[in-house]
Amino acid sequence: MDLFEYQGKQYFARYDIPVSPGGPADTVDEAVKEANQAGYPVVVKAQVQVGGRGKAGGIKLADTEAEVREHAAAILGMDIKGHVVKRVWVEAASDIDEEYYASFTLDRAAKKHLLMLSAEGGVEIETVAETNPDAIVKLHIDPVDGLDSATARQACVGAKLPDRALDGAADILVKLYRCFTEGDCDLAEINPLILKPTGEVHALDAKVTLDDSALFRHPEWEVFGATQELDEREMMAKEKGLQYIGLDGDVGIIANGAGLAMSTLDVVNQVGGSDIGGGANADVMAGALEVINFDDNVTSILINIFGGITRGDEVAKGIVEAMGRVDLRAPIVIRLDGTNATEGRLILENAGIPEDELRSEPTMLDAARAAVSIANEN
Amino acid sequence: MAIFVNENTKVLVQGLTGGQGKYHGLRNRDYGTNIVGGVTPGKGGQDVDGIPVFDSVAEAVAATGADASFAAVPPKFASGAILEAAEAGIGFVVCITEGIPAQDEALTYNTLVRNFPDTRLLGPNCPGIISPGKCNIGITAGEIAEAPTAAGPNVGIVSRSGTLTYQALYELKQKGIGVSTCVGIGGDPVPGTNFIDCLEQFQADPETHAIMMIGEIGGSAEEEAAEYIKTNVTKPMSAYIAGVTAPAGKKMGHAGAIVSGGKGTAQGKMDALAAAGVEIGLNPTEAGELMATIVAGL
Repeated sequence: MDLFEYQGKQYFARYDIPVSPGGPADTVDEAVKEANQAGYPVVVKAQVQVGGRGKAGGIKLADTEAEVREHAAAILGMDIKGHVVKRVWVEAASDIDEEYYASFTLDRAAKKHLLMLSAEGGVEIETVAETNPDAIVKLHIDPVDGLDSATARQACVGAKLPDRALDGAADILVKLYRCFTEGDCDLAEINPLILKPTGEVHALDAKVTLDDSALFRHPEWEVFGATQELDEREMMAKEKGLQYIGLDGDVGIIANGAGLAMSTLDVVNQVGGSDIGGGANADVMAGALEVINFDDNVTSILINIFGGITRGDEVAKGIVEAMGRVDLRAPIVIRLDGTNATEGRLILENAGIPEDELRSEPTMLDAARAAVSIANEN
Repeated sequence: MAIFVNENTKVLVQGLTGGQGKYHGLRNRDYGTNIVGGVTPGKGGQDVDGIPVFDSVAEAVAATGADASFAAVPPKFASGAILEAAEAGIGFVVCITEGIPAQDEALTYNTLVRNFPDTRLLGPNCPGIISPGKCNIGITAGEIAEAPTAAGPNVGIVSRSGTLTYQALYELKQKGIGVSTCVGIGGDPVPGTNFIDCLEQFQADPETHAIMMIGEIGGSAEEEAAEYIKTNVTKPMSAYIAGVTAPAGKKMGHAGAIVSGGKGTAQGKMDALAAAGVEIGLNPTEAGELMATIVAGL
C-alpha cells in the first residue's frame, strides 16, 4: 500500500522523525485554516501518488492567506498525469541550505536491508544515480544486527554530509530504519532530507510503501486503506479479497496464482485479468466472476486453473453458483487441471450448462485460442 | 537420486491439525511420502489419521528421527515455526505459507544463515518439492508428475511461480518425460532457496540430465541465475519467463529505480538466459516442447 505524502509524514511522526508542522485539507477553507495554524509562509502541496507534481504546478509557496486561497483553489481538482487532486497538504515553509536523499528498502538480491544515502538529494536523484553513482552511499544492513547510531553516522560521513549535519542526519537514519522495520515498510524514503540554516535536519517529503502482508499487526493502518486510489473494479475486487489488475482488452482472465495469470495473459495477449489467489473456495470464484462481469468491455471469460492448494471441485462449484446468481455478460472458456480437477470437471458436466455459455478445453493454449476466437466474434 | 529429498526423507508436518496442514499432509502421505509426525503446540499426544502429533519439533525429532519439515502454518506463526524446526536440527524446511511480512522473511532468512547454516529453507509462499515416485512435500498434486526412469533422460524443474510449477510438470508428463525433482522456490521477496541453489544441485545430480526453469518478471533472480549458468551449468536447459505482456508494475519510489537499473523485465531476463545458452519458450507449452527436443537429442 502506497501512502500519500501527508500520510507518510504522519507515519514518520509516530517514529519521531522531524517533519514540518502542517495538516491535510480537502477544501480551500480547510487549507486556510491549516495555514493559519502552521504559520506563514506555507507550502501548499498536491497529494497524488505520482512523481513530477512540482513541475506540474502542484506545489506552491504562499506568503499570505489570499495566496493560500489562490493556490489551494488552483491545485484542488487539478489533473496531474491522470491523477485528480482531492487533497492538499499545507505545511510551514522551510529555509533550505542543502538537500539530501535517504531511503531504506529490501535488496532482494543481497537478501539484506539497503540504506541509500546521498548528499545530492532532490528531484534529480535518479540522474545522480546514473551519472555519478559514487555520490550515493549504498550500505547493506543485516536484519539480525539492525542499524546502530555509529554505523548510521559512518554512512553520513561516507556520503560526505557536512559536519554540522552529521548528528541530525544519523539520528534520522536510525529513526527511519526503525520506521522501516518495526513499521513494516517495503520502502521508507525521504527526498529531500533537508539541512536548515539553523543546523536542523528534517524530512521535507515522505514516500512510504507499507507491506500489505503485515496488516494483521498494524491496526493503525486502517485509516490509510480508505484513501487508496482504486477504481470501481479494483475496489470491488479488494472487498472480495481478490488480486485484480484492470486492463483494456476484451477477454476477462481468472487464474489461480500470479504466475499463471501472467502466463495466461502472455498467451492471450489482449485482455483484462484477475488472480483468485491460493486456496480459492467456491465463494471466491463466484466473486471473481462478478468482478470480471462488471467490466462491460469483456466479451469472453477465460478461466485458467491449475490446482495445487486451489481445488478443482471448489472452482467448479463457484462457477456453477455464480452462473446461478449473476447474469454473465460473456461466455466462459475453462481449463481445469491439478488438485481435484476430475471432480471439478464432473461437477461442470453435470450442471447442465449449455455449451455456448461454458466450454471446457484440455490445455491452456486451446483455452486461450477459444477465448480469443469468441472475443473476436463478439 | 533426487535433489534435497528422496524416498528416505522423514517428514514432519508443522500445523498438521490445521485445515491446510491436514489436507496436504495426508495427501503427501498418500503419495508415498514418509510422513512421520505432526507438530501443533498443545495438541501433543493426539493423532491425525494415525500420524502422531507432538507439542514441539524437538519432541517430534526425538521420537521419530525426522530430518525434514513441512511448515503449513498461518503467516504470523510461520517465522517461529521455521526457526523452531532449525533449532531442533531439521535440515530441510518447506514453508508454503503465503502472506508472511517481508521484514519477518528477511530476519528469518538471515537468522538461519548465521545461526543454522545446516538448515535449508524452501519457500515461503512456494508449492514445495516433489521427487516423483519418492517424496512429495507441499501442495503439488502428485499425479501431474512423471516419475524418472533409471535409463533417463530425466529433467529437473525449478520454478519461481507456484501454478506454473504445476504447468511445467504437466507439460513434461504429457510428453512422457520423467522428472528427477521439481522445486518450487516461490516468488516472495526473500526465498530461502533460490534458482542458483537448485541449479547447483541439478548439475551435480547424476539422475538429472536436463533442466527446465520457470521465472517471472520482477527482481533479478533470473539474471543472476543466467550468470551462474554461463560458467557452472553444462546440462542443457529450457526456460520460460512469465509476464512478457504484463503491464509495467508500479515503481517503488526512486529507490526502486536506482536499485533495479533496468533489470526485471521479461525481455531482459529472456535475453540474459538466452545469452547463457538456455532455450527460451514464449509460453510454458513452448518451453516444454523445447525440452522435449533437448531430451530427444540426449
